Amino acid sequence: MTDIVDLWEGLRHAFWLVVTLDAELADIALRSLQVTLTALVIACAIALPLAAFLAVRRFRFRRATIATLNAFMGLPPVVVGLIVYILLSRSGPFGALGLLFTPTAMIIAQVVIIVPLIASIAHQSLRDLWAEYHDLLISMNVTQIQKVRTLLWDARRALLTAALAGFGRGIGEVGAIMIVGGNIDNATRVLTTAIALETGKGEFALALALGFILIALAVGVNLAIHWAGQTERDSRW
Amino acid sequence: MVDLFPLTLESAETSRRGKRLIGPLNLTLSGDGICVVMGPNGSGKTTLLRLMHGTARLTGGRVRWACDTETARHDQAFVFQRPVMLRRTVEENLAYPLRLRGVARAEARGQARNWAVRVGLGEMLERRAVLLSGGEQQKLAIARALITEPALLFLDEPTASLDGRAMREIEAILTAARASGTRLIMSTHDMGQARRIADHIVFLLGGQVHETSAAESFFAGPETAEARAFLNGEIVE
Repeated sequence: MTDIVDLWEGLRHAFWLVVTLDAELADIALRSLQVTLTALVIACAIALPLAAFLAVRRFRFRRATIATLNAFMGLPPVVVGLIVYILLSRSGPFGALGLLFTPTAMIIAQVVIIVPLIASIAHQSLRDLWAEYHDLLISMNVTQIQKVRTLLWDARRALLTAALAGFGRGIGEVGAIMIVGGNIDNATRVLTTAIALETGKGEFALALALGFILIALAVGVNLAIHWAGQTERDSRW
Repeated sequence: MVDLFPLTLESAETSRRGKRLIGPLNLTLSGDGICVVMGPNGSGKTTLLRLMHGTARLTGGRVRWACDTETARHDQAFVFQRPVMLRRTVEENLAYPLRLRGVARAEARGQARNWAVRVGLGEMLERRAVLLSGGEQQKLAIARALITEPALLFLDEPTASLDGRAMREIEAILTAARASGTRLIMSTHDMGQARRIADHIVFLLGGQVHETSAAESFFAGPETAEARAFLNGEIVE
């Protein structure tokens, strides 16, 4: 019974936080979006060409590289956070940059987590498309760069799914960014770390409110990207 | 236009997993008009075309063009039995080879429209290529191959499994291409088609060239018993 009351209270709280345009909530939500969307753009810039390259290029250890990439989809975020923490800490190799406990550190951690996910999903689609296009593009004497560009363009809708999967993983991530961001108020606090904090304090209604806002944000961004990408608008692809 | 002919195959052969697919064979083609490679299923027609085009690997012998191989490869196109459609519109499919060669977007679109009209696809410019019928896709594939005005066009059974109307339209496109100076080398096991459009016949059986002659004399009186049996509709292996 208490759980249902908490749920209802959470919904009510979320509604009022949104309606009253709570400044702290807006700050946290915007930071969540800023960190994850920046990480997503950087991750896509790395993962998509990598996936296309793996699809079209034959080289030694290619299969091992793909298997490793697939295995890295399951990287534990806490471990990623710990490694990034060590690298960015004052005594670490990149300590001089002073990035620890900043949004940049959180972006780095998210990029590490979502690059394998986006690259693996993208690779599956691009590999299938390459099998379809192989003979045609070879007969047209297409260069490697042209092959990659053609595949990325023609598979763009499938790649959008890969990017959305990456966004989903990033926006809901808490372990790594808690470690490298530190959950500092007005600096590195994002929705997921705020939820963890409020839950720890026993403020379940507020935690739930933040959770609902996180879900709304994730669904909203997904729908916006789908709409912008015109997915499902055409009869095929 | 660079003159690619005569095309000479010297002891050319290709094998896969230890099994010889065709050859070793010696063949010289002058390239006048339409050269039709005939033979029963499994005789090596497709492999021979791919070998000449450079998309099948030579495991012995050589293929020599009148010019250097790089220039020859650049000045030829290939149409597959099952047309490969880019996941784009008809217009974008036609413009693709031109864009690869650095033709400006507006110029490429203009040429694409002209070619679409020439092959009877003028009303379908904005349609997704994969949604076209088999005959329309093959016409699009041929137009896409011809749009760069190649000196030589290879066609691998371009009308296989198409209805009579589509076949007639495609043959009209091919004879128009011949009239404008493009050399064509195509495979078929459709005797009627070979009689209608061939200027020169290469008869292939078991991966070996059994006969090469002018189409008229081939159909009037083939030199080999195998070719005679094939023309008589007998099962030839």
